[in-house]
Amino acid sequence: MEGTPVGRRVVLGMMGTGLAGILFGSKASDLLERALAPITSRDGTGFLSLFPVGRFRIYTVTGRLHSRSDADYRLNIGGFVDTPVTFTLDDLKAMPPVRMTKDFQCVTGWRVHDVKWTGVRLADVLDQAGVKQGAWGVRLLSFDGSYTETLTLDQARRNDVIVAYEMEGKPVSAAHGGPVRLYVAPMYGYKSIKWLETVEVSETPARAGYWEVRGYDTDAWIGKSNGRDDRPV
Amino acid sequence: MTTARSEVPARARLLRFDGAEQVLHWVNASLFGVLMATAAVLYIGPLSALVGRRELVRYAHVVSGLALPFPLLAARLGPWRRAFVADVRALARFDDDDRRWLRSLGRAKGVRMGKFHPGQKLNAAFTLGAIVVMLATGSIMHWFRFFPVEWRTGATFVHDWLAITIAVVIAGHIKMALSDADARRGMSQGWVPTIWARRHRPKWYEEMTGKSAQPGAGGPPTPSG
Repeated sequence: MEGTPVGRRVVLGMMGTGLAGILFGSKASDLLERALAPITSRDGTGFLSLFPVGRFRIYTVTGRLHSRSDADYRLNIGGFVDTPVTFTLDDLKAMPPVRMTKDFQCVTGWRVHDVKWTGVRLADVLDQAGVKQGAWGVRLLSFDGSYTETLTLDQARRNDVIVAYEMEGKPVSAAHGGPVRLYVAPMYGYKSIKWLETVEVSETPARAGYWEVRGYDTDAWIGKSNGRDDRPV
Repeated sequence: MTTARSEVPARARLLRFDGAEQVLHWVNASLFGVLMATAAVLYIGPLSALVGRRELVRYAHVVSGLALPFPLLAARLGPWRRAFVADVRALARFDDDDRRWLRSLGRAKGVRMGKFHPGQKLNAAFTLGAIVVMLATGSIMHWFRFFPVEWRTGATFVHDWLAITIAVVIAGHIKMALSDADARRGMSQGWVPTIWARRHRPKWYEEMTGKSAQPGAGGPPTPSG
């Protein structure tokens, strides 16, 4: 058969490009995300979120997305505490707010740069209930009915662990875990439990969280766990 | 130009794709349909939120993806492979006319096409390459524990961008098909009107009929080139 084997060249070229992408794509996507962050963060239409650059991916482990109105929302602090406390959204907003601009890093590799978070320190919330001496840590429950997480008391008391009610200057949307979610800045995203409903202070080490029983590390420090070496947040 | 079926008697038709090729095309189209629909649910935030059931959707996506090579292998290796093998050969090679078309980015005048337009040839090669790369990157994403961690991010990067490219290419493929009912019939009924072949695929027309495709000519083909 005469003629140029263009078909073979196209296929081999794609395979070569694909292989290069597998080997170096992690660096390329990181560069792309940082270069485009000024544009993607200002895109009001949501159109750019269709492209795989610095975007959140919405993961929910249950059959549907759970929502709760701001008025119906409650955050319960209980367990090994002096007095169990229940917060409304307004209660949380009345507390001294913490604002930070930090990345969100998923253990599957994607990272969203410079997300603006607003909330209150988990430590402040715990102090209102009064954690008893000798507590081990906290078990966190989502109102989706399935998702759970844990933090040791030292981790929970860090300044960069917040009960967040605003993202990017707007109320946290249902897809992002609103009205209230946790944001554990120094750890992979699966620690930042969405649709936060209950914080249970535990005297003894708590049962591992949803993804931890499925093989992910409990102490999920970014860059120092799950076999990954991402830049810390 | 559209020709109703009743207006095209059997002697005015040319066989373009045999039954096995049509089955392969539509099985592939269905798998791509499932893959793109499930991909959209996995990837587009509002859709993920609407549908949920991430494990189930992911399972459907992975199974359809892993199924992709089998229809192609069956078409290539089965006893019905003759027409498919011949068409793959025709698709794989660019002749002088195709190259001229490609170099001018489709603007060259007087380019005479064979059975396949160079755009169709590129589409076929792209689709095969895309299947290989999507299978490889998808496998790394699915069985990520067996690969270095940066490979998972890299594979996701390639898988995402190539998926968007595939969606654009398939949209273009469907747009081209929608604009030409006679060509479309080649894949839905297997034949095209002879007059369509003479106008749009003159070299193929000459191969199939032994007549010249030049206007007014009725005799043997004139040398082309």
